[in-house]
Amino acid sequence: MRLTPEEEAILNGEQGESLAKVMKTLVLYGDAFGAEKFVDVTGPSHLVTSFGLNVLKPVFAIMDELIAGGVKAKMPFTVDPRPDFANIESGLLENLVFKKIMYGMQEAYDAQLAKLGLKNSNAYTCTCYHEEVGNIPKYGDILSWAESSAVVYANSVIGARSNRNSGIIELFGAILGKVPFFDLLTDEGRQAKWVVEVKTSKLPEAQVLGSTVGMKVMEDVPYVKGLGQFLGSELTGGVKDYLKDFGAAAASNGAVGLYHIEGLTPEAAEKGEGLIAEGAKTYVIDDAELDRVKASYPVIWKNKETKPVRCFIGCPHLSYRQLDDWVKKFGAELQKQGKTKVGMITVFTAAPDVIERFKTENMDAYGKLLRYGIKLSGFCPLMYMNNPLAEKKPVITNSNKLRTYTSARYYTDDEIVAIAVKGGF
Amino acid sequence: MSRVFKGRPVVAGAISCEAVVSHGGFNTLASFQKSALMKKKQVICSDQNNPDLYNKLLTGKAVCLPQTIGSTTGGMVLHAVSAMGIAPAAMLFSKHIDSLAAAGVILASVWTGSKIVAVDLLGDDFLEYVKDGMTLSVAPDGTVTVDGE
Repeated sequence: MRLTPEEEAILNGEQGESLAKVMKTLVLYGDAFGAEKFVDVTGPSHLVTSFGLNVLKPVFAIMDELIAGGVKAKMPFTVDPRPDFANIESGLLENLVFKKIMYGMQEAYDAQLAKLGLKNSNAYTCTCYHEEVGNIPKYGDILSWAESSAVVYANSVIGARSNRNSGIIELFGAILGKVPFFDLLTDEGRQAKWVVEVKTSKLPEAQVLGSTVGMKVMEDVPYVKGLGQFLGSELTGGVKDYLKDFGAAAASNGAVGLYHIEGLTPEAAEKGEGLIAEGAKTYVIDDAELDRVKASYPVIWKNKETKPVRCFIGCPHLSYRQLDDWVKKFGAELQKQGKTKVGMITVFTAAPDVIERFKTENMDAYGKLLRYGIKLSGFCPLMYMNNPLAEKKPVITNSNKLRTYTSARYYTDDEIVAIAVKGGF
Repeated sequence: MSRVFKGRPVVAGAISCEAVVSHGGFNTLASFQKSALMKKKQVICSDQNNPDLYNKLLTGKAVCLPQTIGSTTGGMVLHAVSAMGIAPAAMLFSKHIDSLAAAGVILASVWTGSKIVAVDLLGDDFLEYVKDGMTLSVAPDGTVTVDGE
């Protein structure tokens, strides 16, 4: 990389040893991708590492070194959900495992995040771009973000520019206020290497379509045609929610950091098929292809017929609008099945700021949610599932991301509401 | 008969070890999380979606792969398992290294002094030729020699 005199000085330790190591790491990172220069970060960062897992001591050691070196993010950042297990009906033993064995470093790590520039104590969510949270980039912003679902949303739905940075790397970019210029930050890197033609009979389940696309294109950028007939040509709130869930599945089941939706996402609306790279491959998705992919998801429950005990909805975190929709869906299903309460522990997850708004501005729906016996939490279901106690429990989810990383079994939105209300299959 | 493949060293080093091969994208978090969380002395791949590597030993091996996929915790996870001494000895990419894996091997090198040797751009031929259990050696210039069957 070609460094400016100021960047050279940082690399040579003139602003301290810690910052020099941060710079060295980012220079090597940029060199690996042929980056020739740094560019300035123009918006606040979003970090992926929110959990004080005891096994992450090497990460906490880096944080300590940075704090001791007196460095801090240039702009207040947001971070992924905090492992707060209140209000999800976890058992005594589970709570003991969470607090003492797994997340014993949480308070210390929270303090580290605050010292390095965390926005506030509510800034824990994977959907920082929701208006209630307020970390909303502008079109064309250069970002130093991690969290695969947030990166792909910022790039695709907003038209900001961030690479799929790893945890720690995104913090280094936030501290330096600079990132190496390569891949998704460049016009060339945002060209689509795949044309995905959606030829289904109805709007596909967002999480299954995203998974299908991600598994095929892996890290490449897809240009998706055929969704306009179902989603229209306007980025409404509902369409953004759909694309949030689509992108999260594409990013976790593959490595998609950016997608273009014909006539809909900002760059596709502006540049159209000019975004498609020469020689791009074509992938046709019809009903049969979606069925094939959904049927391929492994079920690792010992007894596949066992009755599920817990249902998680909200990975990535639900929007305010989705919370309201889910309460309505459950209300209708309860009425259909002649019941008043859900048949298993059912947890909706959303950003703390979204939950606060929901509780205060939508008291009618919130009251129904409570009467239905549904729990509402700002935590991350993945953090609940990743331990020997929880992983043996039959859990169901409508999240393809949660399915990928845990033993949770995937069901579509319509399927899951019926199962959760009934209390089984 | 052995075959020689020339790649680009991302984290250079000389090493000889046994190969394990993932033909699909390697999900770093899904692969390492169970063993790391349980503080195991060795990593057994826990990615149920990876039929090539599920339940196989990764510690000390040369993981041969196209690229990594999945969560952006990937680099941090690689850094952590490297510091814990349970990482693969090498990661050998048929394609260009991805941003998460690059972060992981570089973080390990700069911040812990431990090393996961990483070579990329080895080509599709490499991934077609190399099989689980084959012994391979990596030279600092990115040359990978695979001992054949």
